[in-house]
Amino acid sequence: MMRLLTFLLLLGAVPAAAQNALPASPYAHQQLEDPAKEEQARSLMEELRCLKCQSQSIADSDAPMAGDMRSQVRERIAAGATPEEVRSWLIDRYGDWVTYKPPVNAVTGPLWIAPIILLILAIWLARGLFRRRNKSEKESG
Amino acid sequence: MNRWLLWIPLVIFALFFAIVAGGLMRPKDNIIESKMVGKPMPEFVLPAAIEQRPALATADLANGKPQLLNIFASWCVPCIAEAPQLLALEKAGVEINGIASRDTPQDIANFLNRWGNPYTRIGTDVRSAVQLELGSSGVPETFVIDGNGVIVHQHIGDIRKDDVADLLEILEKAQ
Repeated sequence: MMRLLTFLLLLGAVPAAAQNALPASPYAHQQLEDPAKEEQARSLMEELRCLKCQSQSIADSDAPMAGDMRSQVRERIAAGATPEEVRSWLIDRYGDWVTYKPPVNAVTGPLWIAPIILLILAIWLARGLFRRRNKSEKESG
Repeated sequence: MNRWLLWIPLVIFALFFAIVAGGLMRPKDNIIESKMVGKPMPEFVLPAAIEQRPALATADLANGKPQLLNIFASWCVPCIAEAPQLLALEKAGVEINGIASRDTPQDIANFLNRWGNPYTRIGTDVRSAVQLELGSSGVPETFVIDGNGVIVHQHIGDIRKDDVADLLEILEKAQ
């Protein structure tokens, strides 16, 4: 009975695997022949976000679509595109969301500026504190 | 130093806390909208997915009449759920062209035999190449295209019963 149930459950899993029925794109799991270009493609793939499993880069993901994206990245770089051209090709279609290297703009600006402002504030506060302590040490000493 | 300056760290902490708590409580939004909405259809040529329907290319998507482009797959369960709605749209006189994502001819034919075939043309996109060109991140997705071949709307996920009227309205506006 248990065995039959397991078998029936396994049958249910087949449609979900069917998107893998097709062979992967040519460069999904294969490196480029030129090591310099492969290096470029590799570092770009680590900065591109997988559309299916959104907390992974396409270099990390096993999703079939991530494989298709890796193949596109490698093929475009092999054809002479620069990594930044490939990145902006994807940004034009999916928005900044697709890259793990956020551009500086009105939305992300505060993230870049906030640490600088906090550092200036901290130095200013620390200076005030040290000055006061020096003064009190002199008075007591 | 002024007395009230002592409160600054607490205020900063409260602000930080409010931002983090707000972010945690907001429901997660996983939907990635295509940036191609409002732009012309990208250039592509796809081979026919099954023998009974012709192949699909960009030129077929700019024939003077607004139409739907539906991306589907036989391995996609929500695609079964939206099949009746696509048939209803076809019955209402809407031209629907299809792109089969990562699929085999045999599986596509079985799927259409079982759940109905509302498509005029079906192209097969075995490497998700056209999906990437369209800024589409999954199946099913449906694009509304105006008569000049410009994408006017993207529907992400399966088309529910309530969505049919909205899509008809968008198609009407795209005239």
